[in-house]
Amino acid sequence: MFNSVVAENISKKYEISKFQKETQFRDALINFAKRKLFSNKEKTEEIWALKEVSFSLENGEIVGIIGNNGAGKSTILKILSKITYPTSGKIKIKGRVASLLEVGTGFHDELSGRENVYLNGSILGMKKKEVKAKLDAIVAYAEVEKFLDTPIKRYSSGMRMRLGFSVAAHLDTDILFIDEVLSVGDASFQKKCLGTMGEMRTSGKTVIFVSHSMPTVENLCPRVLWIDKGEIRKDGPAVEVIEKYLLQYETFTMQYSMKYDFRNFFGREGSGEINYTGLEFLDTAGQRKTIVRSGDNLKVRLFYEVHEPVSNPKFYFTFYTEKGARIATFGSSLSGHYINQLLPGNGYVDIDIDSLNVMPDRYYFSFWIVGDREKKYFERIEWCARLDVEFSNYYKSGKGIDKEFGYVFIPCNWDFHDEIISEGHLNQENSR
Amino acid sequence: MGNNSTMEEKFEWIREFWRYKELLYFFVWRDVKVKYKQTALGALWAVIQPFFSMVVFTIFFGKLAKMPSDGIPYPVFSYSALVPWAYFTGALSSAGNCLIGNSNLLTKVYFPRVAIPVASVLAGLIDFFIASIVLGGVMMYYQIPFTWELIFWPILVLPLMFLALGLGMLLASLNVKYRDIKYTIPFGIQLLLFLTPIIYPISIVPEKYRIFILLNPLTGIIDAFRCIVVQNKPIDFTALGISIAVIFVFFVIGLSVFQNTEKKFADLV
Repeated sequence: MFNSVVAENISKKYEISKFQKETQFRDALINFAKRKLFSNKEKTEEIWALKEVSFSLENGEIVGIIGNNGAGKSTILKILSKITYPTSGKIKIKGRVASLLEVGTGFHDELSGRENVYLNGSILGMKKKEVKAKLDAIVAYAEVEKFLDTPIKRYSSGMRMRLGFSVAAHLDTDILFIDEVLSVGDASFQKKCLGTMGEMRTSGKTVIFVSHSMPTVENLCPRVLWIDKGEIRKDGPAVEVIEKYLLQYETFTMQYSMKYDFRNFFGREGSGEINYTGLEFLDTAGQRKTIVRSGDNLKVRLFYEVHEPVSNPKFYFTFYTEKGARIATFGSSLSGHYINQLLPGNGYVDIDIDSLNVMPDRYYFSFWIVGDREKKYFERIEWCARLDVEFSNYYKSGKGIDKEFGYVFIPCNWDFHDEIISEGHLNQENSR
Repeated sequence: MGNNSTMEEKFEWIREFWRYKELLYFFVWRDVKVKYKQTALGALWAVIQPFFSMVVFTIFFGKLAKMPSDGIPYPVFSYSALVPWAYFTGALSSAGNCLIGNSNLLTKVYFPRVAIPVASVLAGLIDFFIASIVLGGVMMYYQIPFTWELIFWPILVLPLMFLALGLGMLLASLNVKYRDIKYTIPFGIQLLLFLTPIIYPISIVPEKYRIFILLNPLTGIIDAFRCIVVQNKPIDFTALGISIAVIFVFFVIGLSVFQNTEKKFADLV
């Protein structure tokens, strides 16, 4: 175990001149004259992109870096990659480095796919012999065999991205810095990329991964650094750091959120004696969930406020796919719960779901509360919460959990009875 | 990172440069391939510029203005100077803009930055080679004998290359900060065409002003290129010596400016 990447008190300053930015030589001359003639104190505004950032990674560690836009994440990667230099501080790196700050770095439109693989490979640090040996694998991974000798200006953006990522995926270095390169590309390729990156974990590479996608970061990186306004806010286990990061967004944002505030919801219907005030997605221990996967247990906590006494309230909610397919409806009375009366005040109800057997997708929730006569709504708020369910390896085969197989999956066991059963005839792909 | 680099660090860049030599090869390969892909005439373009310059100069300077040419047929006189000149101007323009032109690489990938101007300067050699072959054809047409001194033709390219490299690095570094520097290049080249004995022989410059022409580092070299081909007089080693000395100075200045501003390229480009 040794430290393969060390950053010591890295600071980076950018200067913004109050005088017109001197991008033309004649302006430089004019400003020089101004300074001499009018002895103007030069007003330069300083922006510290990074302030005394320090951290170190051990050999084989995988760390995610998260933060708002402009926090300094890409600047750190650039400094670690020796593309730009810190204003003060030191970097110590042991081992061969490859930086993926953009996919297809150095691609030239006029050259063919094949030629660009050599060029890009060389730029990323591969020797010509290495590229030659891996060329077939690279092309197969990118699925562009047919177009290998066409100039890449004819490629679609998806093809370019696949080719670029493919070259990078076949790099053989000890250390890898990756900056949010997976945003282009369709879902199936993104999954492929994530699989490759997961493999890097087992191969013992040291990786720094910058991303805005919390589920991806949580899936891949055991440790996460949160950078905010140029400083490290938190450095620790992924779940902890991500949760703290997401807590910034307490007030309602329709982005990735496991907590909703319905008090000021616009578009609610119903007579209003009782309202939903909020929602939280939790795990069985009552902690906020950071990521929900197919088959997970899930506790839905609904907060409500009673304004006037209501008798026999029935709580319901339904969730739908983005296209509007209704997956399931939950109801307090459907589950056999009867509430005589609720008096004014606040309360919450927990709905415990043992296993959320729905396919990975984005789901929207609608909530309502009805009274005695079914037609009368006390409360109705529709499409007011969103839950992204992520892939899980439920069948341990890496397969089967995908929208293309249906909306839900129903756990089952397969039992073959065949007259001719020999040892090699039937085998389970996955050994338990 | 302190500003006082030790002796070792000063030469570390040479070691690094060697480590990245394959990348340099790819940059040159890329520049050459891209220049000719999708062009109608391909490599012929390498020849057209100096050749047509020669034709136009022969008509206007050689015949109409009756420019003396030291007793040599004017086409050979001008073309033997135009071939190295074309290489130099091409290499200088390309090197002067190379950093801005490769801004996407400078902001995304690490490699010794000096590889970029070096690649620009090397890429032009292919054109030089092709144009030189055509020169051979022109020589045969005018029955100029081929002598052993022609061995020096390719060797003389070296100081020319270093001049383009030194000046190119200087201009490229300045261009990153001040974008209007790139406009000085075509303008400077136009002036240099007249300040260098390409269209005219050195002999028509009066003695007392000759020193100014000689201070132009191109003078000694271009004249030497011509001497090798036409054999009308021995190589002026004084002029050549002055050229090489001036080139050395420009190269050192260019390289220092480049290395000092290298660290800021990604921030400014």
